[in-house]
Amino acid sequence: MAEARVERVEGRACVLRGDDIDTDRIIPARFLRCVTFDGIGEHAFADDREQAKGDHPLDDPRFRGASILVVGRNFGCGSSREHAPQALMRFGFRAFVGASFAEIFAGNCTALGLPCVTLAEPDLEALMDSVALDPAQPVVIDLVARTVTSRAGVAKAGLPGGVRQALLEGSWNATAVLIDAGDAIERTARRLPYVSGFPG
Amino acid sequence: MPAGRSLFDKVWDAHSVRELPGGQTQLFIGLHLIHEVTSPQAFAMLREMKLPVRFPALTFATVDHIIPTDSQQRPFADRLAEEMLVHLERNCREHGIRFFDAASGKQGIVHVIGPELGLTQPGTTIACGDSHTSTHGAFGAIAFGIGTSQVRDVLATQCLALNRPRVRRIEVTGKLGGGVYAKDVILHVIRRLGVNGGVGFAYEYAGPVVEAFSMEERLTLCNMSIEGGARVGYVNPDEITFSYLAGRELAPQGAAFERALAWWRSMASDPDAHYDDRVALDGAAIEPTVTWGINPGQACGVNEPIPRLADVRPEERAQVAEALEFMGLTGGRPLAGTKIDVAFIGSCTNGRISDLREAARVAKQGRVAPGVRTYVVPGSQAVANQAEAEGLPEVFRAAGFDWREPGCSMCLAMNPDKLVGRELCASSSNRNFKGRQGSPVGRTLLMSPAMVAAAALRGKVVDVREML
Repeated sequence: MAEARVERVEGRACVLRGDDIDTDRIIPARFLRCVTFDGIGEHAFADDREQAKGDHPLDDPRFRGASILVVGRNFGCGSSREHAPQALMRFGFRAFVGASFAEIFAGNCTALGLPCVTLAEPDLEALMDSVALDPAQPVVIDLVARTVTSRAGVAKAGLPGGVRQALLEGSWNATAVLIDAGDAIERTARRLPYVSGFPG
Repeated sequence: MPAGRSLFDKVWDAHSVRELPGGQTQLFIGLHLIHEVTSPQAFAMLREMKLPVRFPALTFATVDHIIPTDSQQRPFADRLAEEMLVHLERNCREHGIRFFDAASGKQGIVHVIGPELGLTQPGTTIACGDSHTSTHGAFGAIAFGIGTSQVRDVLATQCLALNRPRVRRIEVTGKLGGGVYAKDVILHVIRRLGVNGGVGFAYEYAGPVVEAFSMEERLTLCNMSIEGGARVGYVNPDEITFSYLAGRELAPQGAAFERALAWWRSMASDPDAHYDDRVALDGAAIEPTVTWGINPGQACGVNEPIPRLADVRPEERAQVAEALEFMGLTGGRPLAGTKIDVAFIGSCTNGRISDLREAARVAKQGRVAPGVRTYVVPGSQAVANQAEAEGLPEVFRAAGFDWREPGCSMCLAMNPDKLVGRELCASSSNRNFKGRQGSPVGRTLLMSPAMVAAAALRGKVVDVREML
């Protein structure tokens, strides 16, 4: 049940400045009233975009067709809703570059095969400035070399080792990997007295 | 000399199925809680992969996010909400999962019913598709909020693939003043350590203030760990924990309870445990705390001036400016005296019986100010029943508060309870994000339930200590 290997993401980027952008902003709760993720992409950042009256990076024609979203610190904090990365993926993003990511958001992205890579803040600033000036340029995230390349230069990219390996091997759909443990799962359950109600 | 082990280390190691290539751990999950919002897609994925639920007896369901709080009568007026509940009912039936629905008398917010049913126990691992799963750490459980694909992983394998976090011990020393609650402590912790200070960490809360807390206060404390960036927060189990669990419906009974006690005790942190980081905070210095901004770290004492742009570090200036503009607040002035439009008492943070008792104590002293809309929403049917036995709904109603049915309600406004326009809400919930309470421009001030009740009576933010 292996998935596609994710070795590099290449495309245009969209710059979304600001720190601590939470998942309620990425996808407001009223759009969680659904039983599938179909059609959720169009609601990405719905309220922010509505407030900005067209002056939002996701509506900026210069960033149209971007596949990489460049963000600040602690992106995706708050609610665990996978609807957030699902909405961004269905909007067209295939990867995220930022200063840091909230843990649950990053985990949800991994489960969808979407890399969340971090850059040192000066490199991130340079990337943001470069893309803002020249949004048509190609940006390349190379997971093998652990770099992000743009006209601002080649920057060293961070990604937890296990996540990188899962993306590179195409084993990011964790269910298949976890099932491979076989009986070791039941053996662990039997070691834990509470699972069977503390038998005598 | 080898150091002792923390509860976190003991629980992690006991539940480790194997190390995965690349350094993640395959961790066994002892208790899986599900609800209507983040599970339907997970069951659909399972169906697509043609997989059964591996341990159906370890998963429990309830309905909380979308349930209306005026009437729980079916079908719900909101067709989408009804459809979500129908899916959950069908999925539970098909897979043999126990569902605490409204008819069971045990329905409520998932993080309220787990503890009250005795499902949440020390030394266990718990997962739920909700970021406030950290709440269950109050019992010395390691509890993770997860996304929908991970709900699928747990349904299919009872396991998660996780990176091992580091452990930070946070000691709250001294003694809290009167009118200062667990909510104020956690808001203070987040203010001091930052909304992303806990990323990559599990928080162990300790010290005399935490040890003196009741289970419900510990639940409030652990609940908002995620607002500080920590996915996991916990308190070591002690006699307070064990006496709370004794006699709970789904906790071990009789001789099994005695065996459980020995195991639970063995899982607590050793006195010489190693921690990756330690922080101490003085409990006596904590004031009734209120948020002034658009993340839970933007908080200060109720009488303390909120920051002016000139007071903050240059790198924080843009964020503070954005927050003050959105909130319509002026730096340099205290929050006390700020007019409110709505008061919300409830949520997985502060919707338990002790929260309602404290709010009722304040509510007894007057009437809701004209023009203030109120919602008092018990966290579960059991909390509502207990409140009724104590006469609390009458106290609230006599003061002009709106007493409602259990659910998540206006914490995230997925049901009909919402702010309108730029309304300002004094709220006992956990998030003050832009748009969180249902209006894109609605505004939230987080505070303790007693502070919310006080604000409702006065029509403005007030130091509750004046009324106790």
